[in-house]
Amino acid sequence: MTSALTYSDALIAGILRRVRTIAMVGASPNWKRPSNFAMKYLQEKGYRVIPVNPRAAAGGASILGEPARTSLADVPAPVDMVDVFRGSDAALEITREAIRLREEKRIEVVWMQLGVRNDEAAAEAEAAGLTVVMNRCPKIEYGRLWGELGWGGVDSGVISSRRPRLVPAPGRGTSE
Amino acid sequence: MIHAGAGPEPVSGARQTPIFQNTAYAFHDADHAASLFNLQTFGFIYSRLGNPTVAALEQRLASLEGGRGAACCASGHAAQVLAFFPLMEPGSRFVASNRLYGGSITQFGRTFRKFDWHCDFVDTEDLAAVEAALDAGVKALFIESLANPGGVVSDLEALAELTNASGAVLIVDSTLATPWLCRPMDWGADVVVHSATKFLSGNGTVIGGAVIDSGRFDWGASGRFPGLSEPEPAYHGLKFSETFGDLAFTTHAHAVGLRDLGATMAPMNAFLILLGLETLSLRMERHCRNALRVAEWLEGHPKVAWVSYAALPGSPYRDLAAKYLPNGAGSVFTFGVRGGYEAGIRVVEGCDLFSHLANVGDARSLILHPASTTHRQLSDEQRAAAGAGPEVVRLSIGLETVDDLIRDLDRALAAA
Ligand SMILES: Cc1ncc(COP(=O)(O)O)c(C=O)c1O
Repeated sequence: MTSALTYSDALIAGILRRVRTIAMVGASPNWKRPSNFAMKYLQEKGYRVIPVNPRAAAGGASILGEPARTSLADVPAPVDMVDVFRGSDAALEITREAIRLREEKRIEVVWMQLGVRNDEAAAEAEAAGLTVVMNRCPKIEYGRLWGELGWGGVDSGVISSRRPRLVPAPGRGTSE
Repeated sequence: MIHAGAGPEPVSGARQTPIFQNTAYAFHDADHAASLFNLQTFGFIYSRLGNPTVAALEQRLASLEGGRGAACCASGHAAQVLAFFPLMEPGSRFVASNRLYGGSITQFGRTFRKFDWHCDFVDTEDLAAVEAALDAGVKALFIESLANPGGVVSDLEALAELTNASGAVLIVDSTLATPWLCRPMDWGADVVVHSATKFLSGNGTVIGGAVIDSGRFDWGASGRFPGLSEPEPAYHGLKFSETFGDLAFTTHAHAVGLRDLGATMAPMNAFLILLGLETLSLRMERHCRNALRVAEWLEGHPKVAWVSYAALPGSPYRDLAAKYLPNGAGSVFTFGVRGGYEAGIRVVEGCDLFSHLANVGDARSLILHPASTTHRQLSDEQRAAAGAGPEVVRLSIGLETVDDLIRDLDRALAAA
């Protein structure tokens, strides 16, 4: 396929520190689905996660306490990050909508989930000044960078002799 | 070996990994407890499933082997059960090399049958036989990278190719090699198991084991491993492969394997193994250097019929050793004493420095007569296949001054 994606720990950590509100496109109301797992975890870490799921929205459903929205346009501003929890094919259209809504919603980051990659969408978003992460899970990255992933025996790839800060709350900047 | 998995402890700043001698972990509230029990968040619940000291070791071993994650457990044998547990169903079959640690042959050939798990042993040097044995239903191929007892090296790359093509999982016991000498995942292994009892801890202090997963096997696409790809009733029907992706095997090993099989590693043991790993590179260098010297010396001794050490120029495994074990061929090997069974026993009993006991991978040099001990339960045929015939003596060369070791063997051989 295409080249492997590499993102520095500093870039990922910077995003996860800066962002407060995440619009999760494709969040499922079924608690056993991966999107629901990720949403719950991110909520526990202090992020506001607003689910975008037209089917759930049509039925007036809430997901983990947040009313589901029909589209990105229906999500109240500000949205710091759009998390694409849909297939790679759907990512282009979602990204284009994020680019269109960028000013209005103050969107800074388009993040495509683990397994989701659309290079065309990424190029367009980057040209529009958005930061793009693809084929990563914000839950796993958060856990990896702040030590929690290793609790389950998973290699975090992080080697550091520095005394870690306790897990940062989102949006507190780098002083945490 | 020194840093992975073990930065300073965040609360106190303690630089060495603390021993979390602790059973259970406080929940923030009922919702946090529910998230933990549903596997929705990372965290500790109860030390049968996970413990911070053990987790530090798991991370370090995963890092050293180039794997995605690891699960530590009570022993090397527990690691083998834990490795097969997510893959096998009653009636399932796997294939294993006929050159394995004797205890593994007994575990696979006898005890596993009580779970209705079935093992076919093959000569893994016969690639055509391996290919024939790996038919469509087979779940896994199990080999040792460097086999106990006899200086035998497996052709990892060729065996990985065959296993991969058949859709089975390649499990490699890399106890005698350690990740410092060989990383089977670099050659295509899916899962690596260790007896941490041996070189990883290195001082003969603990019994422990580990299963490391590469994260590369696509359980969902395969369909041959329902334990990982089908709904798990004990977790409300979640599918591990779908929910956890490349973390599925490691998550399952803790959340189902250790939870229900219960063969957990004690935190104190994890600490001792972490401590051992800090010096693994130094020790393995010395183990290998000493072993080569002793093997060369034995080759020239009139009472020695043959020496099976893969780094010797005459070894049939020399090329494989050069490819897979470029830093040294380990320190466990066998030799044949002229005079058979009785002479073998006399050599073992004649040593003053070598300890006569059933273990390998200690700082102390060890000696054993496999036919009368570790391989005693096997048939003559199995013993011969495993390189443990009547005249065979097994050595595990330690860290002592090598001339002292040679002097000890010289005396024992003279009396044999
Ligand atoms: C190659 C090998 N695998 C597995 C084991 C079993 O390990 P444990 O004794 O830790 O259960 C041993 C022990 O001798 C071994 O040598």
